[in-house]
Amino acid sequence: MAYRFGSEQGFAISHLLSATHEPMISGYLITICITIVIYAMLAHSLNIITGHAGQISLGHASFFGIGAYTSAMLYAEAGFAFWISVPMAAVAAGVVGALLGIPCLRVRDDFLAITTMGINFVVEAIFLYLPFFGGAMGIGGINLPRWFGREMTKPEYFVVIFAVFSLLLLLDRRMGRSWIGLAWASIRDDEQAAEAMGVDVVRFKVVAFILGSAIAGLAGGFYAHFLTFIMPQNFGFGQSIVILSMVVFGGIGTRWGPIVGAIILGVLPEVSRPIMEYRILIYGILLLSMMRFQPGGLLGPESILPRILRRPVYVLPGQR
Amino acid sequence: MLWQQLANGIAIGSVYALISLGLTMVYGILRILHVAHAGIYALGAYVGLLSFRLIGDFWLSLIAGMAGAAIAGYLVERFLYTPLLHLPRIAPLIVSIGLFTALEEAFRIVAGPHTLAYNARIGLGNFSVGSFHLTETQILILFVTFAILIFLWALLAKTRAGLAMRACAQDPETASAFGVNVSAVIAVNFLIGSAMAGAAGVLIGVYDNQVWPTMGSIPAYKALAIVVLGGLGNIPGTVLAAIVVGLAETFFIGVLAIPFPRDAVAFVAMIIVLMFKPYGLLGKA
Repeated sequence: MAYRFGSEQGFAISHLLSATHEPMISGYLITICITIVIYAMLAHSLNIITGHAGQISLGHASFFGIGAYTSAMLYAEAGFAFWISVPMAAVAAGVVGALLGIPCLRVRDDFLAITTMGINFVVEAIFLYLPFFGGAMGIGGINLPRWFGREMTKPEYFVVIFAVFSLLLLLDRRMGRSWIGLAWASIRDDEQAAEAMGVDVVRFKVVAFILGSAIAGLAGGFYAHFLTFIMPQNFGFGQSIVILSMVVFGGIGTRWGPIVGAIILGVLPEVSRPIMEYRILIYGILLLSMMRFQPGGLLGPESILPRILRRPVYVLPGQR
Repeated sequence: MLWQQLANGIAIGSVYALISLGLTMVYGILRILHVAHAGIYALGAYVGLLSFRLIGDFWLSLIAGMAGAAIAGYLVERFLYTPLLHLPRIAPLIVSIGLFTALEEAFRIVAGPHTLAYNARIGLGNFSVGSFHLTETQILILFVTFAILIFLWALLAKTRAGLAMRACAQDPETASAFGVNVSAVIAVNFLIGSAMAGAAGVLIGVYDNQVWPTMGSIPAYKALAIVVLGGLGNIPGTVLAAIVVGLAETFFIGVLAIPFPRDAVAFVAMIIVLMFKPYGLLGKA
């Protein structure tokens, strides 16, 4: 095959398209790609809550977990197909988000931070201690979805979730330009002023919370079917911090920031063994340095990135 | 039996009070949720253990733990919180979370992931009257915490410095207009609060005879729950809430034997009280 970018890649794509051959793109690479899309979805959904509506949520991994467990139980215990279990994961997470969000969002910022932290611990404890959810061993036996009469391959799974995520981003963009986006922007800028202007602040906060939770749940469903087994430890406070780091690193409230953050922070531990070892430490230091020195994130205002990348202006010798 | 549980509850409650007071004092002045405070607590335990291994005397290691924690707390305030006060409060909160995460990992990397033993000889001896037993460490806890709390009360209620601190907690701008050195008050707040957390770390380390990297995780959220329960920024409220939580934990688990995770009691108590008193037990709007 004579593709411009090299016959190797050409081989890979042709093998991708024909389902009867083993894909030449290494399984490891595809695994990373799928993981990054899932993290990007998580970071993006947290950004809806934290960036758009300005609410701090320190328990985002709980909705990830609720989605994963819903999907896992519907598939493994009740026998529903992937195409039902994953949307239901989003619905379940959204419903829980509504139930928790409505009382919690009436309280001040600080209380919300504590409450979401507490929610994380409680949800993780529920998954860990209730035998209904499999306890510490979690749930296993969740397979990749089936279509066209056979099991999906990993590259095809990647295409599916990538497509879903792109669709979500398009919808998010439209929403951002609508009156919901305008209301969110006003709440983020100055909550009291927005309230004074007649914006129903609590309602919009709840909408953001539900949307963010639902998308996190969707990511959880994808995660469960990809990993084929889930354990409560994956959805604890540490995971919430990982997601938060990605959002902060990329830039809270920016459109692409969290996705960029997810890509960079998702790829780095994979390419560098030392980084993988000290991953949590690095995330912690990253969170603290970013907020201290670059609160807007990499893609936010006043980022040093444009300054580093900007071409020096050519001046004639002798000119200032 | 009842007296025994009462004593146990008060002992554990007073340690919770030591940890939570630092948190509430910081919130009172800076309106920041100092999540990393639990990291300072664990740091106090590690520094205390290290000094105990080097020096061999318990009381000196307690002082060293408090000093180490105090210095760490001061550094956090000076370099991490104060420069960020102009930003929305989510910024120092995230910095605090990042710091806490990094601290726990640092402990794991430096001191190892295993539990270390802190078996200090205190020299007080046990106390028993009939079926009422107070172990050596419990007597130590009661003694140290009461001493510290009385010192704090005397400082806040009887001295000019305490008056300045209370003024800053109410309204830093006006206090500054009256000539109070607000930066100094903030620094002292952190020093005292962190020293108390360090003391709590050493006490718990000795009580459980265990020091491990994530020992701050549960106190982190428990102290937050206690602080909210007592009323954010309210010092007597926090002490009261801490004792209440300590007693509740002991009674629910020890007396009523409900199969309920012990550490969830604080969180549940917080939710219940918040439903009736949204600003905490003694909090005001």
